[in-house]
Parts: sequence; C-alpha cells; structure tokens
Amino acid sequence: MDLFLDILWILIKIVAIVLPLMLCVAYYTLAERKVISYMQVRIGPNRVGPKGSLQPIADAVKLMFKEIILPTSANKTLFLIAPMLSIGPALAAWAVFPFDEGVVLADINAGLLYLLALTSIGVYGVIIAGWASNSKYAFLSAVRLGAQVVAYEIAMGFSLVVVLIASGSLNLGEIVMAQQGSWGLFNWFWLPLFPIFIIYFVSGVAETNRAPFDVAEGESEIVAGFHVEYSGMTFAVFFLAEYANMILISALTAIMFLGGWLSPFHGIPVLGAITDLVPGFIWLLLKTLVVAFLFLWFRATFPRYRYDQIMRLGWKIFIPITIVWIVVAGFAVVV
Amino acid sequence: MPEIRNYTLNFGPQHPSAHGVLRLVLEMDGEVIERSDPHIGLLHRGTEKLAETKPYNQNIPYMDRLDYVSMMQNEHAYVLAVEKLLGIEAPIRAQYIRTMFDEITRILNHMMWLGTHALDIGAMTVFLYCFREREDLMDCYEAVSGARMHAAYYRVGGVYRDLPDEMPRFSAKDLQRDKGELDRLNKNRLGSLLDFIEDFTDRFPGCVDEYETLLTENRIWKQRTVGIGVVTAERAKALGFTGPMLRGSGVEWDLRKKQPYAAYDKVDFDIPVGVNGDCYDRYLVRIEEIRQSNRIIKQCVDWLRANPGPVMVENHKIAPPKRAAMKSDMEGLIHHFKLFSEGYCTPPGEVYAAVEASKGEFGVYIISDGSNKPYRLKLRAPGFAHLMAMDEMAKGHMLADVVALIGTMDVVFGEIDR
Repeated sequence: MDLFLDILWILIKIVAIVLPLMLCVAYYTLAERKVISYMQVRIGPNRVGPKGSLQPIADAVKLMFKEIILPTSANKTLFLIAPMLSIGPALAAWAVFPFDEGVVLADINAGLLYLLALTSIGVYGVIIAGWASNSKYAFLSAVRLGAQVVAYEIAMGFSLVVVLIASGSLNLGEIVMAQQGSWGLFNWFWLPLFPIFIIYFVSGVAETNRAPFDVAEGESEIVAGFHVEYSGMTFAVFFLAEYANMILISALTAIMFLGGWLSPFHGIPVLGAITDLVPGFIWLLLKTLVVAFLFLWFRATFPRYRYDQIMRLGWKIFIPITIVWIVVAGFAVVV
Repeated sequence: MPEIRNYTLNFGPQHPSAHGVLRLVLEMDGEVIERSDPHIGLLHRGTEKLAETKPYNQNIPYMDRLDYVSMMQNEHAYVLAVEKLLGIEAPIRAQYIRTMFDEITRILNHMMWLGTHALDIGAMTVFLYCFREREDLMDCYEAVSGARMHAAYYRVGGVYRDLPDEMPRFSAKDLQRDKGELDRLNKNRLGSLLDFIEDFTDRFPGCVDEYETLLTENRIWKQRTVGIGVVTAERAKALGFTGPMLRGSGVEWDLRKKQPYAAYDKVDFDIPVGVNGDCYDRYLVRIEEIRQSNRIIKQCVDWLRANPGPVMVENHKIAPPKRAAMKSDMEGLIHHFKLFSEGYCTPPGEVYAAVEASKGEFGVYIISDGSNKPYRLKLRAPGFAHLMAMDEMAKGHMLADVVALIGTMDVVFGEIDR
C-alpha cells in the first residue's frame, strides 16, 4: 500500500510538471508567432479567441484530427517510434530540474550528467525520423543534424564542465546555491564565465535546431528536413519536442548562469530585502522567459548558416575556447 | 561491395525556394553539387505564338505576364518596338511618365528580389519589410491603371492616360478600424499621385537603410554570399549576362546609359558595378540600383509637375479618340471602331527594341508582314541567359548555395518559359 501511495505521489508530481510544461509549450508557439510578427510589422494570429489567445488550442485540435500519413516506402515501425523518441527525453529532462530551493522531482547528485545524457538521446528521434521516412530530403536532414549535434554536444558538455568546476557540484540545486552572494546578479556565473555563458547558449540554440542553426529544418533548402513526411499528430509531437527543448535550454541557462531562483538584487540594502520576498519560482520564470525571448529574436533577425559553416564554428571556435576555459577555471579554483 | 553513386536530388518544381516552377535535377556528392540541370517549361504559355494572332494593341497585356514582377518594363520594350516599326514617338510627357514608372517597377522588382533572396538565405524579416514598401508602389500602379500588377498602362504612342490628380484613399468601409488608423493610412494620400510618389521617395532611402542594417554587415549574410557563384567579367559576357548580373561582375553596361530610350538621357543617375562577381557584389549592386532608381523617380516627379502636356499621340489611327468625340462625332466613332476591331497595320519590316529591365536586357523582336498582327514576335528574356549559367555557377558549391544562387539570379518563370 505504501509503495502504491509512493508511486501515486510521484505520478502526481510528474503530472504537475508535465501539464504546465505542455501549456507553456503551446503558448510559447503563440508567443513566437506574436513576437516575430510584431518585429516584422504585422499583427500575427488574432482570430481565434480574444487577441488570438486560443490559437494554440485551435492548432492542437486541427492537428489531432488530421490524417497520419504513412509513406509507402517508409519503415513503419521506426517511422512511428521516432516522434516518441524525440519527445520522451525532452520531457524526462525536467525530472532533475529544480523549480525553487528543494522543489525538484528527483534530487539526484548527477543531475548534470543526466541532462546531458537525455538531450543526446533526443537527437536519435530526429535521426531515426530522417532515416525511416526514406525520403531524400529527410535523409539529408538527418545527416546534417547528426553531424551538427555531435559538434555542439561537445561544446555544450565542455561548457558544463566549466560550470561544474566553478560550482563544485553536479547537482543543479547546488549549482544555483553556489551562485548566491552579496553582490546579487554580479555573483552569478554569467559574469565570471562570460564566454562560456555565450557558448552554452549558442550551442543550445544549435542543439535545438533553431535559427540561425536550423539547417536540419532549413525550409528553403530541404523543405522541412526530417519531418517532411510527417503529418498530423506525428508532426505535432516533433513540434512539441522542439519547443519543449527550447524552454528546457532557456531554463537551464537561467539555472546555470543566471542564478536560477535567486533574486538579482540580493545584497542591495533596501531593494534586496524587498525583492527577496518574491518567491524564487517567479525569478526563475522571468529569467527563463527572457532567454526564451532571445530564441525568437534570433529567428527574426539572422540569416541561416550553411551546414559547413556551422561545423566550422562548432569544431574550430567553440570547442577550443571551452577547452581553454576549462584550464583557466581549473587554475582559478585550485589557486 | 556496392558501387558508390552520386546522390540525385530532385529540387522543385514544388519547392519553397524554386521561385515559381524551377525544377533542378541536382547530382550531389554528399552536400556538394557536382552537376545541376535546370528543367524549364512548366510555365510555358505560348506568348510568342499567341501574339501572332492578336492585333498589336491587344498584345500589351501579355507582356505584363512575362516577367510578372517588372510588368511595365516589359510593356515598355514592346511598345518601343511597335513605335519603331510605325516610325512614331510618344510625347515627351509620356516619355517621362514611362521613365518614372520603369523606375518604380525596378524598385518593385528589386524589393521582391531582396525579400525572397534574404528569405532563401534564412532572413525572414527583410521579406516583410520589403513588401511593406512594395504595397505603396502597387498603389501607384493601381492609381494610374486600375490594376495592382498587370497594368497595361503603356500604349503604342504614349500611355493610357495622364497621372491622376487625386490619389485614391482608404475609406472607413474598407477597414473596420478606428478613425486614427484611417487618418494615419491616408496621411500621404491627400494630394495627387505625384505628391504620394514624392513622399515615397523622401522616406524610401531610410527604408533601404533598414534592410541594409539587417544584411549588409551581417556576418552570417556575408558568409553566405561572399565568394558564392563567382562569375568573371569575361565569362559573364560570354554567357550573355545582362543587368545586375553583368554589372556585379564589374562590366559597366546599362542600356539606359548606352542606348538611352524614354527620358533616360535627360535624368541624372549612376551605374553601380561590382568587383568580384559574387552574390554579395550582386546584392550591393542591386541595393545601389534601388537608391539610384529613387533618385530618377524624384527627378521625374519634379519634371512632371512643371510640364503638363499630352501623354498620347494625336494620330487617331493609332491612339483611340476622346470618349466625347467617339460619342458625338462620326469620324471619332469610326476611328474607335476600327482601332478596337482591326487595329492598325504596320509597314513591313523587322525591328528590335530593348529596355534595361530590372533583371537585364529585355528585348522584343518583331517581324511585320504589313498586316495588323505581328508575323513573328521574339522575346529576349534576361533570366533565360542567367539560368543557363546555373550549372557553371553551382559546381562545387553546397546545396544551401544553390538556393542563394537561384535568389541572386532573380529568376522569374513568366519570362523564362514565356
């Protein structure tokens, strides 16, 4: 009976994380369309619900009722497994994510490693999708993505190693607490580890296939890339996974470099005392939103890199810089 | 062990960056293009053959539909050819109107090119900025001809009618928005068409600066365009390039300067040329052309304000009589009937007339046997010669560069397939 209750309690916690997350994903798509449309002097969706606020719901309903087309030449099993393999890790990664001090589903000490492992697995979904579709465009996309993710996974991993050296822990909660100090936001890791902060975030953009690194989707070159053969809900699942990953990267950037749930004014005499009363979760949410906004801003601003240019940036610029910073951070901690 | 073969990719015709109906068969070694083979003809409508069955006047609307983003320039080449055949010349005011609308058309075309080229390379926002400005120019088209795109405004012997004294305005009925919004939209439409165009030329350089902010110094944009699709000046000439494609390679050749037509010898403008002949140089050349077009439009506006006059020849064998004359006067009625049923006969002979269209030299070659229809009409489309260079330009580049090349060639299938 106790075991049953334990499992039930865990399930309730999972639902409490996944449901708001899916809602966030849905409204992130709306936010994207709205933000980009205002940057592009247009209005964006404004027909469904007040100011277009029900647009994501309408989109979801539409996609659910669409036919799922299985291409005749596709490998049916892999074709259907791919979207699941893509969204599973995107959601599972949230298990170790601390929403506030101590508010975490699984407070494990190897949280950082767990995250790295899961984000790598998510890529298999996309590669399998590209392969199983048996389409030339999808195949090209899978090849591009495989190479791209390997390169940026390394840069991302190395920048996390720097964070690990600086904080002395693999536990996400402890990484946040290591950033606490009397100088508020100047204690956070973004300042001392500034190049790593930039590299981590840019690698995150590359890892989630977002503009300007969206060569795997590249609608003007390979049309939609790996999901060109997908329709209806199977496509929607890829879409959800992409946006869930974007939110995850934004939230992780907030945790690892922007002080997680800490108040930015901590330590300032009066302001600090007042802002410390604000629940940590609110700070975390705000920081995540700011970073998530950057994803959209990039998309509206930059042209797309070419595939080989992405590889050059990853291998020849990011990875060497992170290696140098690992050494620098190592010395700084030891001395 | 299986044989290693190249990867053949069918690019288009249903492809977002095929710019219409281009079908490329690409032979690729991984991502690198070994051979590209453009397949054309999917938009073939037999314009040249159709023209043989229509009186001269009725062929003008077909010209709009050739290069459907630089409509009036195509009309211009055709009416110039017929005028040459008839041995007439349009009144000076019509020449200036044609010059002004040719340049408006050039801006329209280059805006379309810039937007889609940037969109192909992945910069989405420029596209929408460009279309914002295109909308105003479309309104100029609409004000003079009633149609936003396929205007049929240039006629043999002049233009359809003089510029309107009043710019059409938005009415509250058209858009269900508040009064303030309506006033804002109508702010620059309170005067004549010329006032509207002048207002446009005043703010347009600022808009071009906006596009340049997003692209010109952008590292990614430069990485994607510098050194891509390099064509040397010699090769460009050998391949039959014209327009910005030729000038991007550093050849200073522009029919507006070298063989002036309309009022181009009376206005002041410069011809930008590139140095390296890559996509980036062609981009810079076109951006500068937009600025120069704006300069020409401004000069035309000033001249047109100061010099009223006829916009059509008085010869009613060629130009329709006034509506009132047609209704009240027997002579007018006969002229009207003959003109719109039989048209006019041209002296037998051959004639070639070309204009510097936005994409290059657009030429019309007419053989006349003395009847009221062309015996043969041949169109020289600049895009056709440019597309022929696809294989040469794309060899050794990557798949993403092919998209950049299609953009930089500014292909429009209306004129290539005819």
